[in-house]
Amino acid sequence: MTSRSSRTTLTVNGRERTLTVDNRRVLLDLLREDLDLTGAKKGCDHGQCGACTVLVDGRRMNSCLLLAVALEGSEVTTVEGLAGPDGEPHPLQRAFLERDAFQCGYCTPGQLCSAVGVLAEAAAGHPSAVTGPEAEAGEPTPLGAAEIRERMSGNLCRCGAYPRIVEAVEDVVP
Amino acid sequence: MPDAPAALGTPVVRREGLDKVTGRARYAVEHRLPGLAHAWPVPARVACGRVERVDASAALAVPGVLAVLTHENAPRLAEPDDPTLAVLQDDRVPHRGWVVALVVAETPEAAREGAGAVDVAYLPLDHDVLLTPDRPDAYVPEKANGGHPGLREHGDPDGAYASSPVRVDTAYRVPPLHNHPMEPHASTARWTDGRLEAYCSSQGTTTVRQTLAAMFEVPEESVTVRAEHVGGGFGSKGTPRPDVVLAAMAALHTGRPVALALPRRDLPALVGHRATTLHRVRLGAGEDGRIRSLVHEVTTYSSRVKEFVEQAAVPGRTMYTAPHSRTAHRVARLDVPTPSWMRAPGETPGMYALESAMDELAEALGMDPVELRVVNDCDVEPDTGKPFSSRHLVECLREGARRFGWEGRDPRPGRRRAGQVLTGTGVASATYPVLVSPSTATARALPDGTFLVRVNATDIGTGARTVLGQVAADALGAPGDRVRIEIGDSDLPAAPLAGGSSGTASWGWAVHEACVRLARRLAVYQGSLPHEGLEEHADTTGLADAGSDHARHAFGAHFAEVGVDTVTGEVRVNRLLGVYAAGRILNPRTARSQFVGGMVMGLGMALTEGSTLDPAFGDFAERDLAAYHVPVNADVPSVEAHWIEEDDPHLNPTGGKGIGEIGVVGTAAAVGSAFHHATGVRMRELPLTPDRVLEALSEQGAAHHRA
Amino acid sequence: MKTFDYVRARTVEEATAAFAAAPGARYLGGGTNLVDLMKLGVERPTALVDVSRLPLDTVDELPDGSLRVGATVRNSDLAAHPLVREGWPALSRALLSGASGQLRNAATTGGNLLQRTRCPYFQDLSKPCNKREPGSGCGAREGVHRDHAVLGHSPHCVATHPSDMAVALAALDARVELTGPAGDRVVAADVFHRLPGDRPELDTEIRPGELITAVVLPAATRGLPSAYRKVRDRASYAFALASAAVVLRVEGGVVARVGIALGGVAHRPWRARRAEEALTGAAPSRAAFEHALDLELSAAEPLRDNGYKVPLARSLTVDVLTRLAARSAG
Repeated sequence: MTSRSSRTTLTVNGRERTLTVDNRRVLLDLLREDLDLTGAKKGCDHGQCGACTVLVDGRRMNSCLLLAVALEGSEVTTVEGLAGPDGEPHPLQRAFLERDAFQCGYCTPGQLCSAVGVLAEAAAGHPSAVTGPEAEAGEPTPLGAAEIRERMSGNLCRCGAYPRIVEAVEDVVP
Repeated sequence: MPDAPAALGTPVVRREGLDKVTGRARYAVEHRLPGLAHAWPVPARVACGRVERVDASAALAVPGVLAVLTHENAPRLAEPDDPTLAVLQDDRVPHRGWVVALVVAETPEAAREGAGAVDVAYLPLDHDVLLTPDRPDAYVPEKANGGHPGLREHGDPDGAYASSPVRVDTAYRVPPLHNHPMEPHASTARWTDGRLEAYCSSQGTTTVRQTLAAMFEVPEESVTVRAEHVGGGFGSKGTPRPDVVLAAMAALHTGRPVALALPRRDLPALVGHRATTLHRVRLGAGEDGRIRSLVHEVTTYSSRVKEFVEQAAVPGRTMYTAPHSRTAHRVARLDVPTPSWMRAPGETPGMYALESAMDELAEALGMDPVELRVVNDCDVEPDTGKPFSSRHLVECLREGARRFGWEGRDPRPGRRRAGQVLTGTGVASATYPVLVSPSTATARALPDGTFLVRVNATDIGTGARTVLGQVAADALGAPGDRVRIEIGDSDLPAAPLAGGSSGTASWGWAVHEACVRLARRLAVYQGSLPHEGLEEHADTTGLADAGSDHARHAFGAHFAEVGVDTVTGEVRVNRLLGVYAAGRILNPRTARSQFVGGMVMGLGMALTEGSTLDPAFGDFAERDLAAYHVPVNADVPSVEAHWIEEDDPHLNPTGGKGIGEIGVVGTAAAVGSAFHHATGVRMRELPLTPDRVLEALSEQGAAHHRA
Repeated sequence: MKTFDYVRARTVEEATAAFAAAPGARYLGGGTNLVDLMKLGVERPTALVDVSRLPLDTVDELPDGSLRVGATVRNSDLAAHPLVREGWPALSRALLSGASGQLRNAATTGGNLLQRTRCPYFQDLSKPCNKREPGSGCGAREGVHRDHAVLGHSPHCVATHPSDMAVALAALDARVELTGPAGDRVVAADVFHRLPGDRPELDTEIRPGELITAVVLPAATRGLPSAYRKVRDRASYAFALASAAVVLRVEGGVVARVGIALGGVAHRPWRARRAEEALTGAAPSRAAFEHALDLELSAAEPLRDNGYKVPLARSLTVDVLTRLAARSAG
């Protein structure tokens, strides 16, 4: 197909959506403008702040840099989709509340989606820049504070809630 | 009245917290109004000159583009008090990045494409953006920001300095800094039958409404501005910014609701920044460490658009006893973007310089830097001669020293080495004035036993909603969950902005007053409440703005430990600890977040943040978040905030001094002094990035080699 | 951003054919840099040929012990791959030093190589840049250039290449496999990127229509001690001021094999051949390392405000060499 808009189907927070989108539309704008899911935030629009972080096929990514048309068939989870089926907030959402791990709240949805991704990546044995050489490939990586800090560094928080964010993530590390 | 445990002083969870962690909280351009159009600005490509011609034909040919506003066709507005808001009103380009056109389109993609297609021809003039300490055109302003006199002098500062047995004469530079709240400056505007409705990412919508009403020449009652949730501001959203004016103009011009979020790259030029400050500090002291002469002279810039002078010499008027002093500002008007408020304007760069000089003085005296500050403590404000309403700087220093483990510190620099990493510790004081403004508020008792408190406060992340709920609950003697708080809407009782660490004091005073009146009325009320309830109104005009016989300031002490990698020049903060005396702490949970957040911003100022005015082009070279380095999580280790409860009767009914800004104030100086303690090298220019650090370390090495 | 056609390719042949059919097309991988540049107006493709779903997403061990990494393998997966972590640890570490977790999840191996400079003048359409607009001039040479090149730059361009991964690949003697209208070919990773010369608009040796299909990590550097160290303005999520990738084998008290590449200092990962020659066969010592780096960096021509990069690259690389030598000896 070669036209300036495309039909694309993706699953967002468990619901299948088929839309005709401008080829230029990025996932972030699709979520916010087409689906009125404004939880993912536009902080920089260039992959430099992390406020737009969502999960695509279970992996955290900057939705501002993903062309919607290229996501055909993907499963997207946004902050609106983190809660359980009964509406019960995700343990990370509870931990963020309890730890006061935010102030203005604008980076928070991205921090939460990113943290969900971090937990999955560590469980899958993905290393980070601070993982020691002794870590066994293929084994889950233990998430201490230094690991969490490094792994959460793609999410800027200008209110400076970082120490509380680390505590909140630590609270839910298995 | 039901008895309820006191809410003030308890760590109540944020009222809007669940909305924020679930994504339900809506910010300024997240309101899907029917027919919404999207706008994109066109920034000027020259630093000085005029717009000769705008050719919008290519932009208008872009599918989906609805309109291109320029100075030739944009609605004419009444002249605003703040000239940075007079956008698209004439052909003048006062600095690079000034908005010269605005494209409105059906979609954000079309608006961006259209903006790229607008062809603007300029008549450029030579520009000058270089600030030097000896610019002949720099002048002493009558007033610096905050209404502070540009120059204050007591006694004979030069003579006293010259005759002091111990002297420090030193210079510091703080580069331009950007607020960069995570939510960019953004507004949605809609006109309906002559009424303007706007959602605006602002620290105070009462002022936004007044400004829009005046500029669009409509009655204030015809304007509503909402800011239910605001993604940070740090001063840059304290006054209306061009986004809301442009959105309102575009909505008027197109007859459509219009959303405009300023692109991140355009923020540095359009929403204010902290201007470069060049400091010269001279401290003359006796052998006992007591300061005899304090001279702090600051050179800074403002734009051609308006005079804004970072009041960086002001802290020297408050901090330490100094019989002879001069605190002075000089400002040069350059072809630069207009500077404005950024968290603790004045105190932040000013205390970096003054407190760094105090560390140098301590070294010159061979005195512990904590003790130097203690011997220079005072109970009367040096500049005004007024007694302090409360001042617990010494207690903060002592408590901080105890918690940090300062005792037994080897003052000699360069002694703690592990491999290639040198470690050191440093201390600095902090201060921030107690500001408060008149506010109004209403409190209503409803027949179902609940209360509704309304005040146009703004919660920019401070927890204002939550704390005002606590203030109201206490004054009403009701549990917090029976009190509903409405804020963030200019139709609510008028209130001042969230700025100057004054929000809680100002709004809280009016809320307290309204609730106390309501409680008194209810205490004698007979029978059941009418359907609409009972309401009391408060207006603190005349109270909140009454002068005081006291000098009112919060104080604090910062301690830092840093590690310096001598191979790579990387500096890492290992520990930050702050102790504050800021009156009564109303909510420990949100207060701690604010203190810590200020310290993190101070850490950024010390280590990572800095912007460069490009002499050739006249704008900032670091305009996005990849180039301008806001600290990331990995930069921020253990950060502790503690406080000393103060019972100060000279403040306001809630007893708080304001906590939003003091956390940033002394952090950079503490880090800088810790760097010196680690390495023996004085760095007098921020930030302490590897390039500068390596250069400084190698100069030291060369000097040792020569010696 | 102007609108563009979008084509999703299912096979390599489909991709190259679609590219050939659309003048002004670009291949789309993870999009982390391309979409960014399209938003800025720096890249203006008429069509995107989406290669992100090509069957090039596997990491395969070849019979000779080398490792073939498909072009669409995500950076995070490559960094986490057990064979990479074991055999070429510098590559894993370089990948993890770049960008953020989110970006590494989206970015591909091929796309990482083809990312473009973060020079602010390149990114700003209102300013001159010979790379973006040949002949328009270089804003950085006399402008703000603290982050720019000290080695191999030209009067036309002083930009640096931003990739961390590419620096490790250069040191590890990796190869880049390409396919295109004229068939398949292989280019050594350390010369895949170009020096700017008078054609700064050309970042790499890639020819029009060519597509990266794989990167091969050679058996020759497998299992050797290797490391990557990056210095930047903040602790994470920032481009390098300077970086060093080093692979070192010490045998019988002398350097038997050494590969050194420097990042953040040139228009391409800077393979430090002169330093390598000086060290090969020599006894590993700090003095030898310093001497080798001095030889290498004697070619440096710092600009007005980036002279710090020379001592930084020197001390950083000497440090990495010293640590690796200690490990080899141990």
